[in-house]
Amino acid sequence: MATTSPGALRRLQDWLPRLVLAPSFALVLVFVYGFIVWTAVLSMSTSRILPVYKWAGFDAYERLFAQPNWWMALKNLAIFGSLYIIVCIALGLFLAILLDQRIRIEGVLRPIYLYPMALSFVVTGTAWKWFLNPGMGFQNTVRGWGWESFTFDWLVRPDMAIYTVAIAGIWQASGFVMAMFLAGLRGIDSEMLKAATVDGASTFTIYRRIVIPLLRPAFLSAVIVLAHMAIKSYDLVIALTGGGPGNATELPSTFMYSYTFTRSQMAVGSASAMIMLMGIAAIMVPYLYSELREEKR
Amino acid sequence: MAFIEIERLERSIGAHNILKGIDVSLDKGGFLVLLGPSGCGKSTLLNAIAGLQPPTAGDIRIDGDSVVGLHPSKRDIAMVFQSYALYPNMTVGQNIGFPLEMAGIPKAQREADIATVARTLQIGHLLDRRPAQLSGGQRQRVAMARALVRKPRLFLFDEPLSNLDAKLRVEVRAEIKRLHQQTGATIIYVTHDQIEAMTLATQIVVMKEGEIQQTGTPAEIYNRPANMFVADFMGSPPMNMLPGQVAEDGAHLIPEAAPDTPLPLPAPLAPGRKVVLGIRPENIGDDPTGAVPLRLDLPVEIVEPTGSDVFLWLRLGSALLTARLPGNAQPPVGAPYPVAFDMTRAVVFDADSRQRIA
Repeated sequence: MATTSPGALRRLQDWLPRLVLAPSFALVLVFVYGFIVWTAVLSMSTSRILPVYKWAGFDAYERLFAQPNWWMALKNLAIFGSLYIIVCIALGLFLAILLDQRIRIEGVLRPIYLYPMALSFVVTGTAWKWFLNPGMGFQNTVRGWGWESFTFDWLVRPDMAIYTVAIAGIWQASGFVMAMFLAGLRGIDSEMLKAATVDGASTFTIYRRIVIPLLRPAFLSAVIVLAHMAIKSYDLVIALTGGGPGNATELPSTFMYSYTFTRSQMAVGSASAMIMLMGIAAIMVPYLYSELREEKR
Repeated sequence: MAFIEIERLERSIGAHNILKGIDVSLDKGGFLVLLGPSGCGKSTLLNAIAGLQPPTAGDIRIDGDSVVGLHPSKRDIAMVFQSYALYPNMTVGQNIGFPLEMAGIPKAQREADIATVARTLQIGHLLDRRPAQLSGGQRQRVAMARALVRKPRLFLFDEPLSNLDAKLRVEVRAEIKRLHQQTGATIIYVTHDQIEAMTLATQIVVMKEGEIQQTGTPAEIYNRPANMFVADFMGSPPMNMLPGQVAEDGAHLIPEAAPDTPLPLPAPLAPGRKVVLGIRPENIGDDPTGAVPLRLDLPVEIVEPTGSDVFLWLRLGSALLTARLPGNAQPPVGAPYPVAFDMTRAVVFDADSRQRIA
């Protein structure tokens, strides 16, 4: 150690954090941002089964938006996404308000509601596939009880199958949304609720005028989390319906995978991936902007 | 019949009695302070009056009518909370107008009432701000405005000054006193601060462990405490307590701490009785007129100048007594100092029951 001068030690201390962080930084740079750039390049090329780097401009995007299948995926995303976000928030808020009434077994109930979030989407999808399968699940059971005409076959009906995806997604995420709202509710000063009671507000008015407005940050977080989960959702659809029947439950993510890797339309698939990225960015950037601005204050 | 009458009020959670039979009455326009250490049940009592926590037994009557079982909003009361409890999502104006809005008063009338009360409390320039943009003192004023605007028949204050710094506390305290004098409102006020109680109240109720220790005017509570708890709780520094035995002549106390220094009692008592003599620091000190008969030279252990007063810690046998001198006094530490004991102001408690007997 005699050769190590104090100056060298200090320089090492300066550089050590950067050295330690460098590998992960390089990996993220290549495998996240590098591949985003690569996808962008591919979407502007004529690639089909394998990447080729022949410039084709926005040709792939034009072909993408000419595909009825892509429009189907967008329409399904609109149905699934809006149902998923709205119902999850409504149900989560309702459960959180019920659970906030100082009930005795809250400690037992809360994890029960949160548990679905611990499952992977594949498990959720498979379980719901069995449950909703008309031949062996819910419909069959009710018929077995003697109600012979009972029909619940949304899973195999092209016009209704997307709603089964929404049901499974909502089942999984509403408990998580409930936890977010419950945390928000617990942060509200109980004296404020007493004050509102003395001021003459009914319970319903207290929630409508005071409590729910105060949960605004929780609403914002819930929308952000749910929206990007909706856009990204892939495994749930694959496990539950496989995109079918036909293309009835096609989502942008399943569209992207099948065009890129199974239908030899890599440029079109890349273009759809870029559109999804833009969709997520359109949600995340304003959110991050507002969050960072709050922090600066 | 008093304006507010509380009769044998009890509240218990499980086997735990928080209020053990409270009797309080207050005339219209009175300022009642519920005083006691934390956990004495004073806030529970206030919440019971407000209707936020139902009592398990007993009755509360306002203006002759029982309000037990009535919803808080139907009791015609207003409450000011320790945390101010302003609604952060509303402006100051909306906060003040909220109880009026809930009562279904039309907007024009509401705005006129808000403007009037804002003028009284000098917060007219804040009406468009949000609570988060206000200082603690301003928030407290808004909370009071929200209570005042309804012109209720009874105001409840739950430790409204506890979250303010010392200087603001004095200011807002004076403000509350002024409001009470101007409006003649009936107020019930909860605090653990004896100075607040002394300065504001027309009537003080001292509580401990769910029981009333004493009810009386500030002067009665301070000068004639019913028991040793009240005597010790009121006053800062607290009353000097000297346990001992009544002498053979029945007119003197033999203090345990200094058996060779008998002290005259304020009233004759049975010889040999075990008692505790209480004397406030301001009744031990200089006596320029020479009217006080009992004088002792006691060694000074500690000198505490506070600016307005100087407090002396004097040694009497094995006990330490606190004496109060004027702020300009400069007693020497360690040397004996001549002090006069005004025994006519002293009180005597029974050593066992701890109740005042003289």
